[in-house]
Amino acid sequence: MTSPQSAESSEASGRATGRLPGLHLPNVTRRRFLAWSGVAAAAAGLSVGATQVPWSTLLHGAAHTPLQPGQGVLVVVTLYGGNDGLNTLVPAGDPAYQSNRHELAYQPSEVLDVGDGLGLNPGMAGIKSLFDSGQVAIVRGVGYPEPDHSHFRSMAIWQTASPTSPTGSGWLGRWLDATGDDPLRAVSMDSVLPPLLTGERTAASTLPSAGLTLPTGPSGAAFRALAGVDPGDDTMRARVAQSGRDLAQVEQTLGPTLAASRKQSSATGNDAGNSAGAQSGGAHSQLGDQLQTVAALVEARVPTRVYSVSLGGFDTHADERGTQQRLLTELDGALTPFVQRLQNSDAGRQVVTVVYSEFGRRVLANASQGTDHGTANPVFFLGGPVAGGLYGEQPSLTDLDDGDLKASTDFRDLYATTLAAVLGTDPTRVLGPGRTPVPRLLTT
Amino acid sequence: MTVVPDAVATRRLLDRFGFGARPGELSAAVGQGFAATLDAMLAPAPSDPGVAATPPPALTSIANRGKAGTPAQKAAQQERAQGQNALTRWWLDRMWAAERSLPERLTWFWHGHFATSAQKVNQPAYLLTQNESLRRLGSGDFRSLAQAMIVDPAMLVWLDGRTNRVGSPNENLGREFMELFSLGVGHYTETDVREAARALTGWTVNASTGTARLVARRQDTGPKTILGQTAAFDAPSFVNMVVARPESAAFVAGRLWFRLVSTTPPPPGVLAQLTAAYGPGRDLGALLRAIATSAPFHDSATTLVKQPVEWAIGLMRAVGTRPSSVTTAPRARPVAATAAARADPVHQHLQALGQVPFLPPSVGGWPGGTSWLTPSAQLDRLALAQAVIAHAAIPPGPTGPNAQIDWARQVLGVDAFGPRSTDALRDVAGGDPRSVLTVAALTPEYVIST
Repeated sequence: MTSPQSAESSEASGRATGRLPGLHLPNVTRRRFLAWSGVAAAAAGLSVGATQVPWSTLLHGAAHTPLQPGQGVLVVVTLYGGNDGLNTLVPAGDPAYQSNRHELAYQPSEVLDVGDGLGLNPGMAGIKSLFDSGQVAIVRGVGYPEPDHSHFRSMAIWQTASPTSPTGSGWLGRWLDATGDDPLRAVSMDSVLPPLLTGERTAASTLPSAGLTLPTGPSGAAFRALAGVDPGDDTMRARVAQSGRDLAQVEQTLGPTLAASRKQSSATGNDAGNSAGAQSGGAHSQLGDQLQTVAALVEARVPTRVYSVSLGGFDTHADERGTQQRLLTELDGALTPFVQRLQNSDAGRQVVTVVYSEFGRRVLANASQGTDHGTANPVFFLGGPVAGGLYGEQPSLTDLDDGDLKASTDFRDLYATTLAAVLGTDPTRVLGPGRTPVPRLLTT
Repeated sequence: MTVVPDAVATRRLLDRFGFGARPGELSAAVGQGFAATLDAMLAPAPSDPGVAATPPPALTSIANRGKAGTPAQKAAQQERAQGQNALTRWWLDRMWAAERSLPERLTWFWHGHFATSAQKVNQPAYLLTQNESLRRLGSGDFRSLAQAMIVDPAMLVWLDGRTNRVGSPNENLGREFMELFSLGVGHYTETDVREAARALTGWTVNASTGTARLVARRQDTGPKTILGQTAAFDAPSFVNMVVARPESAAFVAGRLWFRLVSTTPPPPGVLAQLTAAYGPGRDLGALLRAIATSAPFHDSATTLVKQPVEWAIGLMRAVGTRPSSVTTAPRARPVAATAAARADPVHQHLQALGQVPFLPPSVGGWPGGTSWLTPSAQLDRLALAQAVIAHAAIPPGPTGPNAQIDWARQVLGVDAFGPRSTDALRDVAGGDPRSVLTVAALTPEYVIST
């Protein structure tokens, strides 16, 4: 984690050489100095003479330690809308599947065999080849007790890891709360922060969509000054100012890699997201770009331990087959080159990617060639530390709970596995007692 | 609790029940006082010249033509994108132009409540119809509004109501109606969802006229048991029954509170006052009055994060920049920018900030509160503010640094800048007044509605 002292102190005192003590500075400078440096620094007699204070002054000397060998990195991929697990990991040979899914059903010859009578959706050719090389684990039948069929409630349950009261902090937000103040520990690649990365007192950072070019000159100075502390702020205003200080850290630590990655992406017309096929119509894949940026940041060994990306549109109540296969093809086209790229560096081999959705779909298709909200679903783990293969029990298609699949693995046990193996954190600090990590799924 | 002065409460009312003041409006409202300003807001609307000068685009149903990849299909796709762009541009302009802001602010609220996205509803004409219904019914009684939405063409497409038929119900609309539109989670069971879906069967959308119609042979006319009541429920009787429930009153009051007052729920005593005013008539005007006159509305601690659209429209109203007049695009385009968005810089800036009208992220609408206060947002706000203020149509301010800071404060209707923000403003004060306004627009005192 960061150590908020010496770097800035020496820089500030160096700049202050030959100047009067802070007490005699003009009012504006003195006030800014107090606001930025805090009472402790003021008591130490430091002074800031320049009116144009660089970001580093805002950072309280936060010195980031690069990602260390052995420190795991987690990439969370959220599929919004409730991805149909039965048409993702398909029991194509099961007569009950064929009779429930009629027009929606894939034939055994169409799916990509992964054993146990199961096959991946035809859109997932890249993930199938990663599976064959032992880099993909699929945990079947994942859910939680008394499943909720509302997107928002069920997604909130997955993101807070709190089935009974899913309104508080996110599970990775609690990990942030438990591990310090550095805003770079977790980064959302989406500009709006997902609840899973929001803690009680800390939150992950986000990246500006238009790049990290900060204003310069007097406007830049003012922009930076807006990130200062004002004792008169209420909680909300303080959060606005805090977001400016977090931006400073993002810019300083991630900025150079981001700039290089964007340049690379525009130079090569990066269409990594579309390598798997033409179903996406040649459209640019935002997910593919986001994951390539994550790869670049990991390779640069920035200190970020958790990244969040997402893909939406899985709420397939109608005309599901084409829509879902197109989305899974986009996912496959983004994930496959990402996982392959990460195998080429030591830092990359520390990355575990998890793919989940808030629920699966009802076993019986509806009359609109779609499916309604269901329950248990497969969860995918990809990457170097993953011991590939099939885990958990495939839910029965005949022994149902009111038309829905029965879960056999609690998603919180997967979180516990991840917290322990990837983030090196005692799961009880985040999830409470009683969780059982899945043995051998991840190597540490 | 600290009660804010009448002038501050009046400014807050213009922020929360509108999109902020245009030049001169704040001092006029303060002169009238809070009570008279609220009365005027809630009084029946005379014609609004700003609105009259901002007519909606002419949109017609777009036929599905040809197979994927054919020129006919591409032309239809382009027509959709243009229609959606025109629709978004029109509504942003109308939010800006309306002299009476409450109807627009409520339409915006209901759009987030009955959140319907062009992502799936690819007929811009349907979205315009829905938008006009939300505006027409948004301050009347909630029952009529809910009745209109359950058979609204855009809604029937969005939540698959049009495919819901006897013998093979689609649960989407029934579930979201209870969870997100009228009752809230925890006030119904899975069985209620399945039965509600049966009650809503039979409705389809006529593609050529863009109107909803009930097809008798698709309707399930049998008895259904919903929320403990058994009857041959259909769409209207189902809505009436749900909206009449006491949980629905608390839910609707709570949703308005969340967006107009605070992300902290009203205390039980205040909630009871709100639901009493709302009453059996489900009177939204009375509910709004009760909200504005409740004690927390006048408490200095009741701050609210402005959503990106609210912040942007407020800024454009204050400085006199019509949204469609802005021609400065963000430095880099969001990767997913659609062709429609690329044609419209304000649309693009809002996309960077994560909020474009007619494109809510899901049927749950946009997030609230501190979700908007991300590190990247401040940079995206800067880009929008610079573009908007470059097109501002206001007289130049004074020249002295302190006078300029106070001028920017008055233009934006900020009560007072604290020392941090004053300090930041001094970095640019004394130079180009536009830079002072830009910095002022990014101060926590303006990003948050205090």
